[in-house]
Amino acid sequence: MLTPAFSRKGKQVAVTVEQVRRIAQLAKLTYTAEELELFVQHFQQILDHFETLGKVDTSTVVPTYHALAGPTSTPMRDDQVRPSLPADAAASNAPQASDHQFRVPRVIE
Amino acid sequence: MSQIHELSIFDLHEELRAKRLGAEEIARACLERIEKTDPTLRCFLNLEPDRLLAQAAGLDADLAGGATKPGLLTGIPIAVKDNMVAVDSPTTCASKILENYRSPYDATVVARLKSAGALLLGKTNCDEFAMGSSTENSAYFPTRNPWDTNRVPGGSSGGSAAAVAAYQAPGALGSDTGGSIRQPAAFCGVVGLKPTYGRVSRYGLVAFASSLDQIGPLARNTRDVAILLGAIAGHDPVDSTSADEPVDDYLSELGKDIRGLRIGVPSEWFGEGLDTAIAEAIRGVLKRVERLGCRVSEVSLPNTRSAIGTYYIIAPAEASANLARYDAVKYGHRSPQPADLDDMYVRSRTEGFGAEVKRRIMIGTYVLSSGYYDAYYLKASKVRTLLCEDYARAFQSVDLLLGPTTPSLPFALGEKTDDPLAMYLSDVYTVTANLAGIPAMSLPCGFANGLPIGLQLLGPHFSEGMLLRAASAIEQDLDLARPVLAVDRAVSGT
Repeated sequence: MLTPAFSRKGKQVAVTVEQVRRIAQLAKLTYTAEELELFVQHFQQILDHFETLGKVDTSTVVPTYHALAGPTSTPMRDDQVRPSLPADAAASNAPQASDHQFRVPRVIE
Repeated sequence: MSQIHELSIFDLHEELRAKRLGAEEIARACLERIEKTDPTLRCFLNLEPDRLLAQAAGLDADLAGGATKPGLLTGIPIAVKDNMVAVDSPTTCASKILENYRSPYDATVVARLKSAGALLLGKTNCDEFAMGSSTENSAYFPTRNPWDTNRVPGGSSGGSAAAVAAYQAPGALGSDTGGSIRQPAAFCGVVGLKPTYGRVSRYGLVAFASSLDQIGPLARNTRDVAILLGAIAGHDPVDSTSADEPVDDYLSELGKDIRGLRIGVPSEWFGEGLDTAIAEAIRGVLKRVERLGCRVSEVSLPNTRSAIGTYYIIAPAEASANLARYDAVKYGHRSPQPADLDDMYVRSRTEGFGAEVKRRIMIGTYVLSSGYYDAYYLKASKVRTLLCEDYARAFQSVDLLLGPTTPSLPFALGEKTDDPLAMYLSDVYTVTANLAGIPAMSLPCGFANGLPIGLQLLGPHFSEGMLLRAASAIEQDLDLARPVLAVDRAVSGT
């Protein structure tokens, strides 16, 4: 379980190497021990800057996920079948493919 | 007469229409200019001269036969940032993870340029996956500023901006998620426009932050930007976030009177951190627009101090989700001989992505993760509402806003690469237009120490026509003389 970012007093919690390792695992990335040290330092600086938001009163504010609301900004179209990419073109950039299918390392023994 | 590569899009069109120039001659002139200056500047990641010349020759044959009447973009070579896909060329996003990627389809903007008769000149360098403000995050090489080759061209569309500034291309496309068209336009002394969110289709633009990304044009003058925008704007059935709103006749806005236009100046943008030469240049323009009959008044955008924090939570959050697709299965780099599937994901992504892209994926994963979501992502999405309201309030009393594009002049290569937060803070005047989805453009307004200064114009949603009208009036009134580029001094050895 990850600890909350801000305590109730609005003071941020220091980032640990262990936390960063856990985030990297979720993001499917890995860092060497030396990289981690510098990374944690930069990560902390960036999170400290995010603290500026903690001071803004948003208790009655609704979030925005799309800056333009209204029917013309996300218009719908008829759900009609239309030609798509041929399978060999869609698979043409695959690192490994056979019979128009993507090949990956064995998942089940 | 100027040399061919120095001509604007509109002038090239006039020459082509009068049959004084052919498409092949124009393409050849651009390629020669690139050959001369790009070893220094490195604007292009990919060029295919034979393909380009063959397409240009084919177009000339069509024109000679009289079957094709030249439109405004017929035979004009346009540079495209390498995060938009085109079947004619590889698309790398300046990343090692897409080193050998070749798209089986064209981005809508590329298809629209082609159907307008334009030719794809080449793909330009940028920060990897458009993440950066200097083009130093390209996995291949940095691009240099044509006005001072020890300085950055800005980013992330640095290759597009520098190519246009250095007369390698008469026009280019860039993408802007937090300033990536406007900031390099300012740093390179060219005009760049980020349209309203949804004005231009994002189909075929490699996604960075889907609620912020927009494609837009860069060129050496307002008229050329208007021509390019007219060609790429409009609803696209395959991008459900492209707005179903009519496209204005942008060219007809140019040269119109701007008397009576109400111009707001955000007071928060003239505080600490703004270079004095930039502040002075912007104030000079404000005096000019008053003389042109505009009414200038101060406005407040009180949430400006939260802009960078909000942007650098939301953009990486969206990026971390978008970049999850690089799994080494469907396309992109795959690490050799992985132990198992999970090892393949981790090693391929770790080897394929550069440091800044990984940092943003990490920030994004962190702010979206359980226990942090409310404090960061939800909080930022609420502050985004306040930033939108700042603009909405301002546009109740003024027609458009005028301010600086960047707080500083172009910085030196390497100056900010070890300090990611300092790099992020340089985006302070540009990120809010993306968060609010409003159109904004950068226009050259002077030089300081031989380096260009950009002014920014911002308007309400779908006000591109008005922005271009104002920009064209300011451009005409300023009538800036263009000093000799550093790259030309270097090339000629003087």
